[in-house]
Amino acid sequence: MADKSHNFISRRAKNIPPSGIRKFFDLSEGVKDIISLGVGEPDYVTPWNISDAAISSIRKGHTMYTSNYGLLELRQELSRHLYKLYGVGYDPDKEIIVTSGASEALDIAMRAIIDPGDEVIVGDPTYVAYIPCITMPGGIPVPVPTCMDDDFEMKASEIEKRITPKTKAILLNNPNNPTGAVIKKDELLKIAALVKEHNLVVISDEIYDQLVYDGAHTCFASLPGMKTHTITIGGFSKSYAMTGWRVGYICAPDEIIEAIMKIHQYIMMCAPIMSQIGAIEALKNGDDTVAEMVADYNRRRRTIVAGLNNIGLECHDPKGAFYAFPSITSTGLTCDEFAEKLLVEQHVVVVPGTVFGQCGAGHVRCCYAVALPDIEEALVRMGRFVKKYGG
Amino acid sequence: MKDILKALEADPKTTPDQLATMTGKSVTEIKQTIAKAEKDGTIVKYKTVINWPKAGEPEVDALIEVKVQPQKDFGFEAIAEQIYRFAEVRSAYLASGTYDLALIVTGKTMQDVATFVTHKLSPIDGVQGTATHFLMKRYKEDNVIYDDNDGIARLVITP
Repeated sequence: MADKSHNFISRRAKNIPPSGIRKFFDLSEGVKDIISLGVGEPDYVTPWNISDAAISSIRKGHTMYTSNYGLLELRQELSRHLYKLYGVGYDPDKEIIVTSGASEALDIAMRAIIDPGDEVIVGDPTYVAYIPCITMPGGIPVPVPTCMDDDFEMKASEIEKRITPKTKAILLNNPNNPTGAVIKKDELLKIAALVKEHNLVVISDEIYDQLVYDGAHTCFASLPGMKTHTITIGGFSKSYAMTGWRVGYICAPDEIIEAIMKIHQYIMMCAPIMSQIGAIEALKNGDDTVAEMVADYNRRRRTIVAGLNNIGLECHDPKGAFYAFPSITSTGLTCDEFAEKLLVEQHVVVVPGTVFGQCGAGHVRCCYAVALPDIEEALVRMGRFVKKYGG
Repeated sequence: MKDILKALEADPKTTPDQLATMTGKSVTEIKQTIAKAEKDGTIVKYKTVINWPKAGEPEVDALIEVKVQPQKDFGFEAIAEQIYRFAEVRSAYLASGTYDLALIVTGKTMQDVATFVTHKLSPIDGVQGTATHFLMKRYKEDNVIYDDNDGIARLVITP
C-alpha cells in the first residue's frame, strides 16, 4: 500500500464522494434468496439476432478499430432512426459520434462545454454520475428540486429561479433515473424558451427514450430552434438490453461535435467494433423486440406501482424508464435505514433515494426490470416489513 | 387483449386480479375477455412445462418422420388423425419436404417408443415409411431454455 505521506491522490479524485451503494454489495454477500429491485438494467438478455450479428462479425475478423466517429453504417442508421422517431435530422458525417455507452458520452460532453466555474442546472434526484461529471471539469452543479406532488417532473419555473450569469447548461434526464418521471412536452417547451432567452446548452440524456408508457417521448432537440442548443445523448443499453456492450451515441451541431471528438479520440478512440455491429442490427431489426419488452415492462410497472401503494408506500405513476420511486416515510425510517433493514430482514434490495440527491430523501428506488413472480414476492416481503415498522 | 394473452402465456397462474392491475383494466373486463378467448379457442389450454428427468421420471422422446399415402377425398387428414389419436403421440404436424408427418412420440424407455413404431405406427395402411430420431438432449421447449445458467449473475445493485 502506498505511503499516505506521498499523497498520490488528486484533490479532484478525493472530492468525488464514495458511492452510496457499495455497502449493499457487502450486506447482500452470501444471502441466498435475495430479490433485487436494486438494479439499473434490463433483466432480458440481448435479443439473439443482435448477439448473433456481433459474433458473426468477430468470426469474419472484424476486430479492429473503427473511425473515431464510429462505423459510418451505424451513424447512418442512427440518423434514420432519430429522424423516424422524432423528426430530428442529424448528419451522419458531422453530427454523430458513437461512444462507449451513454456514460462516456456524458463525460466527454461535459468536458467539451464546461469551464471552471460554469454552472450546470441539474434535476434532484438525479442519476448518480451527473454531479461528478459536472464537477470533474470544474463545473458547479445547481440542483433543481423535484417532488412527488409534481410526479418528479422538472419544472421550468424552478429552473428559471436558478439561472445566473454563470449558468452554462441544463442537464436533462428524460425519462428520469431514479424517479421514472417524464417531462411533458408543454414543460419542455417552457424550458426551451429559457434556453433561448439565456443562450444555454442543453445536455439531454435520453437513454430511456424508448421506455415510455403513456404517450410518446419528446426528443428535446426536436423542439423548435433547439437542435443548435442541444447535445442529445442516447444508447442501446436500456432499450435493447445491451448494458454490457457499452455502446451509446452523442448527437449535436457539428461545432460541438468537433470539440467533443477531440476528447473522444484521445480517451476512448472508438467504441468496440463488435458492439457497434450489434447496434446496427438492433436498429435495423429491433423494433418488434423493443415493443415486446416495453409491453412487458408496462405490465410489471402497473403491478409494482399498485402493489407499493397497497402496502402503504405511496408511489406516483412513473411514466418512463423502469423505476418506481415510492415514499417510505410511513415507516418512520430514513431511506438508508429502510434499504439496509429491508435487505437484512427481508432479503429485498432497493436503493436509498439519497444516493440520487437530497430530494431523494424519504424515497427508495425500486427497479421493475425483474420477473413478475419476483416482483410479487418482493411486494409480499415489503408488505411484512412496512407492517412491522409502520403499523 | 394481446396484453392479457401475453401475460397468461408467460404464466397461466396469473389471476384476473393480477391481470387487471398489470393491464389497467377492470376485473370484470378481464374475466369476460378470458372467457371469450377460452370459448373461441384463442386460449387452447393452460399448460405446465415440466422437466421430467429432473423429477426422477425417465422419459424418452423421439422425432418420427412419417411418409404416408394421402387418401382420396380425405388427403392427409384421416391418416393423420389415425396416428395422432395414439396417446404416445405428444405432437403431430403435417410438414412440407421429404416426408409428410412429423411426430413427437414419448415413452418411458427407448423400447416403448420402438414398440409403438413397429406395432402401432408402421402397420397402419397408408404409412409408407418411418424414420425415428431419438432426442438426446432437450435444450429449449416452449420458449423455455433448460439449464440456462453458467453462474454469471446480474449484480444485485447498480446505479
